[in-house]
Amino acid sequence: MKQLLILSGKGGTGKTTIASAFIRLSGAEACADCDVDAPNLHLIMGQTSVPAITDYYGLPKAEINTELCVKCGLCIENCMFEAISVDTDYNVDAFACEGCGVCELVCTSGAVSLKPAVAGELILYTGEEMVFSAAELKMGSGISGKLVAEVKKQMKSSAANADLAIIDGSPGIGCPVISSLSGVDMVLIVAEPSVSGISDMKRIIEAAKIFRIKTAVCINKYDTDPDNTNEIESYCLAGNLPLAGRIPFDTDAVKAINRGQTIVDIDCISGRAVKDVFANTMKILYRQDCEAAV
Amino acid sequence: MKIAVPADEKDMDAIVCPSFGRAPYFLIYDTSSKEASFIDNSAAASQGGAGIKTAQTIIDNKAEVLLTPRCGQNAAVVINAANIKIYKTEDASVKKNIDSFLKGYLAPLEDIHPGFHNHGEK
Amino acid sequence: MRISIPDSITMEKNNIKIAVLSGKGGAGKTLVSVNLAAAAEKSVYIDCDVEEPNGYLFFKPDGVAEEEVSVNMPYVVQQACNGCRRCVDFCKFNALAYIINRLIIFEEVCHSCGGCVLLCPTKALLKKNKAIGRIQKGISENVEIYTGILNIGEASGIPIIKKLFDRSAVCEDKPVFIDCPPGSACIVMESIKKADYCVLVAEPTLFGVHDLDMVYRLVRLFNKPYGAVLNKCIHGENPAEDYCTEKGIRILDRIDFDSELGIINSNAKIAVRENEKYKKIFLSMLQKITEEVRHETASHPQR
Repeated sequence: MKQLLILSGKGGTGKTTIASAFIRLSGAEACADCDVDAPNLHLIMGQTSVPAITDYYGLPKAEINTELCVKCGLCIENCMFEAISVDTDYNVDAFACEGCGVCELVCTSGAVSLKPAVAGELILYTGEEMVFSAAELKMGSGISGKLVAEVKKQMKSSAANADLAIIDGSPGIGCPVISSLSGVDMVLIVAEPSVSGISDMKRIIEAAKIFRIKTAVCINKYDTDPDNTNEIESYCLAGNLPLAGRIPFDTDAVKAINRGQTIVDIDCISGRAVKDVFANTMKILYRQDCEAAV
Repeated sequence: MKIAVPADEKDMDAIVCPSFGRAPYFLIYDTSSKEASFIDNSAAASQGGAGIKTAQTIIDNKAEVLLTPRCGQNAAVVINAANIKIYKTEDASVKKNIDSFLKGYLAPLEDIHPGFHNHGEK
Repeated sequence: MRISIPDSITMEKNNIKIAVLSGKGGAGKTLVSVNLAAAAEKSVYIDCDVEEPNGYLFFKPDGVAEEEVSVNMPYVVQQACNGCRRCVDFCKFNALAYIINRLIIFEEVCHSCGGCVLLCPTKALLKKNKAIGRIQKGISENVEIYTGILNIGEASGIPIIKKLFDRSAVCEDKPVFIDCPPGSACIVMESIKKADYCVLVAEPTLFGVHDLDMVYRLVRLFNKPYGAVLNKCIHGENPAEDYCTEKGIRILDRIDFDSELGIINSNAKIAVRENEKYKKIFLSMLQKITEEVRHETASHPQR
């Protein structure tokens, strides 16, 4: 299975719009949405089957049994995360609790215990044509890195025979992104021609370099800022990074998305441009001689 | 001497697990007694620091050699501290990799990658 | 508890804290928070997006003073360690390993809970400071800027948020605009804890609605007054607007999609300082927010 990951750094660059177009164009049998904080891909993929949902357990959370609690205050004194407070009883703020177990350790009356806590859910659609794996983190949860790994694992095990998998990555440059990079064959970075977009693009290129993953860049909404677009293209040329293409800003794209369609489901300028970007990306993905970027 | 290999299933003919820290099982192969046993890797379920805990587990099982496709830098620190040698596996079964190692075909693992920091990042 | 009911139109007399949130990056959080801060007569801007701060790119603050933010980190006195491994077994984050006769501590995996130090029977584990990031304070014309920066790879930005609020609390006479991190994780919760009002910024797309829903649930969970700003509006269907109508979310303002504004923003310039027409837009938004807050404080003095 060849895995193509689509990343962008900052949000709002059009990653999911492009990922969905790629899935449609490639007829990929497997895809995943690794943006577990705010999954969006399912809104366009239009899966009609009922997904299998699995609870995902994160860090355990402390719970206080008020009947055993003697209100000595040792837990509050030792909690580095300010997760315990007193009202009439002592209670734990599940959002602030990091599951470290110190309160359980210091409690003199056995009133505190760590209990498993559901941090989110894994979602799996298995249609005849495509396996679609996603997840959603519950509000306030961290640990997205591990959940991202689970989303990919779930996709791989349900679609072991698929030739191509397209993965819509998480925004940002932190742990979930690093986790989505693991084991993929290529990264396509969707860059936005803005100061913050360029800064984020560079950080992802660095991360992909460390993991020695083949990387290419495409510029979305390129005509909104021609100067910044030139800057991105020069940067890629100087760093020997293949440019997969550029896509113009297109109000029809928004209209398609709002109707739950991809930009290649209708006839529009961004749809036509993304077909070229897709063709170039596939060439790079399957090219034997093309080693990981510099 | 004992050799450790990460495995996705408790089966010598299964392909080596692509991950070290998240491998569900490890094969521990004793070259003198020629015995092979699979141990569970409880570290695979950790939120974070899985590589560290996995390394601790194979050390506690007295492995002297580790065969793995990759290894994170934190795990490598632990393994190196215990003087365990790490070799890079081929894309083949657990059994084949042990054979290849014993015949001297496997190269030491040079490529240590940075950690995935799957540790409850908020 | 002090109840502040504004007795005049301008908000400058009050230390009102306004958090600007969106479910995801790219909706316009920084656009809105930076421009609101710049439009006010004097204000404070706090960038809580410590992983990817970008407000400073717009303000380019002067006179920047920096302060380190650190947390406790354990270190081991090897001679005192007897190899009992209680710390290794206790640590929920697997930050400790014991090899041959040496304890190894993995600092970037450690969550600074202090548990290992507490339970070491020979007191071989002690605490030291470890820098996880920094905060910067600077000025740009009428705005005092506080930026939080988390070092790459660190576990949690929450201590940085806490310090940002601690240091900016000295400004008691100006409104405070909080540029929140995207999403709804704990760090966002920490950023809105002290907010008097939350502005939810949304894009007029199907994705925008989904993201709006996430922050809407978050502010309701925290019982914060809120209103929405719809950004990049174009003619035609606006699912985010429909969503607001359906949920009864007050729409404070609509910012039309405007390529000029897009270029100003993508070049990290502050719209209200570039063109009077944008100043008018954001002043009017500020006005509406002030009225909203006044209305809220009057009807819910306990908030």
